[in-house]
Amino acid sequence: MISLHLVLFLAFGAVCVAGAINLLAQTHPINSALSLIAVMAALAGEYLLLGAEFVAAVQVIIYAGAIMVLFVFTIMLLNAGVEEHTKGSRVAIMVGVPGLLIGSVLMAWVILHRSGTEAVAMGALPGDPRTIGQLLFHDFLLPFELTSVLILIAIMGAVVLASKPEAIQKRKEH
Amino acid sequence: MPLPLHIFVLVSVIKSALIIFFLLTAVAYTVWLERKVVGHMQNRWGPTRVGPFGLLQPAADGIKFLFKEDLTPPHVYKPLFLAAPMIAVVFALTSIAVIPFGNSFTAFGYAIPLQITDVNIGLLFILGVTSVGVYGVALAGWSSNNKYSLLGGLRASAQMISYEISLGLSLVGVLIMSGTFSLRGIVDAQAGHIWGFIPRWNVIPQFIGFFCYIMAAYAETNRIPFDLPEAETELVAGYHTEYSAMKFAMFFMAEYANMITVACLATLLFFGGWRGPIFGPTVLQVVLPVLYFVAKVVVFLFIYIWVRGTLPRFRYDQLMSFGWKFLLPLALVNLIATAIAVAW
Repeated sequence: MISLHLVLFLAFGAVCVAGAINLLAQTHPINSALSLIAVMAALAGEYLLLGAEFVAAVQVIIYAGAIMVLFVFTIMLLNAGVEEHTKGSRVAIMVGVPGLLIGSVLMAWVILHRSGTEAVAMGALPGDPRTIGQLLFHDFLLPFELTSVLILIAIMGAVVLASKPEAIQKRKEH
Repeated sequence: MPLPLHIFVLVSVIKSALIIFFLLTAVAYTVWLERKVVGHMQNRWGPTRVGPFGLLQPAADGIKFLFKEDLTPPHVYKPLFLAAPMIAVVFALTSIAVIPFGNSFTAFGYAIPLQITDVNIGLLFILGVTSVGVYGVALAGWSSNNKYSLLGGLRASAQMISYEISLGLSLVGVLIMSGTFSLRGIVDAQAGHIWGFIPRWNVIPQFIGFFCYIMAAYAETNRIPFDLPEAETELVAGYHTEYSAMKFAMFFMAEYANMITVACLATLLFFGGWRGPIFGPTVLQVVLPVLYFVAKVVVFLFIYIWVRGTLPRFRYDQLMSFGWKFLLPLALVNLIATAIAVAW
């Protein structure tokens, strides 16, 4: 019997794949960016189906709502024009396409045969905010803190790279 | 008793239709209220001709928007030019889905909550929907292919990203105190009184959080004093310069629907939602909370308009430095202080 759950899963999956293909096919950067947003939103739908509402909401807020806004912002600011499609190198078509097919088949086979026999059921993952908070701030506190230091370093690096040399010179003089 | 599926669908459809109807009416009458209040503040009458007190003015405006010629300038990027107002209005209206506006009542043996749906990430849902709503404004500015529109769109997206951080952080204090993302749960956590007469509203311990929220929310909704994206003295009309007729009206509706959402959230998170003195027969006990809720929301909308009639507009660099250098640290300090107080 086809359940509503399966129908929704396939629908979100179809949007995801269609968005990803459209992302590559579009010639205008802004259309590509918008396709990527569609992919992100569909992924959030898949998370919801697993019962991971918190992850789904964060996916939308962070990826669709913040990171992609910055992408779109940059494209708008640079006023990036239409790109030309190249045919692609022959190596990419000869090796890449069969490689991709073999890779996906292999991955599907491994997932079906190696890991547990059942698909992940609705709500099987610990997705509620309380559990995630417990995991992040208690069980995995050290990796979490290390990651935050890493991000801080990245932010500082971005500030240094973006600031003009004259400005740094001026600050030293003061 | 949980609802059977067919009744659940029926109830949801009826509730959605009613709430969308009320929301759109509220949007129209917020516009009327704004014109009227700002008019009186500036020693004018505001709309008076259509109906008593100009009460039918929103209907006249709606008809005008519908019958105006819908121009699409030849130089625009058409798909996105058409999509942008729809994105703006759809996301502005979606966030109302998780907002509760009263207790539940019992009809035919089923408990029906006064809310379209109670999800346990209600607050995050609203934040997510509003953060995606930026695209309507940004894409409108870009696709219009007009320098004023583009500047308006860029300003809007930069402003909304900047203030979203303070907005989110200002709410974390409330979340720590109530321990849930569900808006109904947050309202329930504010039940009762301190010393028997002061309501246990979050605004009392979280007044800094409330201040940050209101500031950030005004910037998120692009209202005066933070209405830089549509500053008419420098940008014509900002991102909606090239829009006319119903497409322009959609941006207008989105702005006012966002204002209403912000007012609803302020009521729910800081002012006890629908809580207030309840008495009388069962019907009154269902109706009174809804009235309290609506009254609180109207007060917030009035403050919005009051601020608009009073304050001048910031400069853009002032707006950015206020957001990053003052509001964000303040929200962070409030968050840390709340966390320490609760952990104590």
